[in-house]
Amino acid sequence: MAFLTDRKRAEGMGSAKTGTQHAWSMKKSSVALLILIPLFVFTFGAALGGTYTEVLIYYSRPFPAIVAALTIVVSFKHFNDGFQTLVEDYVHGPWEKWLLLGMTCISYGAAGVGLFAIARLAL
Amino acid sequence: MADVNRGNRPLSPHLQVYRPQLNSITSIFTRITGNALLVGMLLIVWWLLAAAIGPEAFATADGVLTSWFGDLVLFLSLWALWYHTLAGVQHLIWDFGHLMDIDSTDMLSWAVIGGSVVLTIVTVLVI
Repeated sequence: MAFLTDRKRAEGMGSAKTGTQHAWSMKKSSVALLILIPLFVFTFGAALGGTYTEVLIYYSRPFPAIVAALTIVVSFKHFNDGFQTLVEDYVHGPWEKWLLLGMTCISYGAAGVGLFAIARLAL
Repeated sequence: MADVNRGNRPLSPHLQVYRPQLNSITSIFTRITGNALLVGMLLIVWWLLAAAIGPEAFATADGVLTSWFGDLVLFLSLWALWYHTLAGVQHLIWDFGHLMDIDSTDMLSWAVIGGSVVLTIVTVLVI
């Protein structure tokens, strides 16, 4: 027993035997967004309000395009995980599954559409 | 388990039982802002897709986003974004076990509220 760490003794002792992955995933994406969001706000903010040509030229530059692509991917992962927390707290039964399914479709769908748009604009 | 009577058990006290406190209100707003931001982000993805498709599609999407209603949605989203970001920082600080006494959480809550307003104004002025 002397070789067991406190963590090893505690692991798997909860009723669900699992469950920290979701919290940790949320944590990782939140730290990533802490860096990405200010960059995205000021690059997207600079582009918004421009003409069609100005927007095309702006997003053909690597930095704004990469920031936008990363922000879209990480934020929709974060949206999906966050929405899951909301639904699991308030909705139970079949609707819980349908809402999580729907939100997952929206998240991956929007991320896919966003990445396509950025790629088309940038290349 | 199937025959357990689940219909008549006491419930744990919830929102309507507690007096609202600063940290409960800021916590609730963290959840509301986080989920509401989905609207703004979907609008932005639509705007980017429209720009990738062509001038007519872009004119439609850009018209909506730069209309007074689009401005209002994006302005509120901007505040929600800074609020949610600062509240997220607050949660990261708590996750490391710091500043968890009542005075500190009150101080952090006011910092989140004030900071989100200041950052929103600064962003609007810069952009």
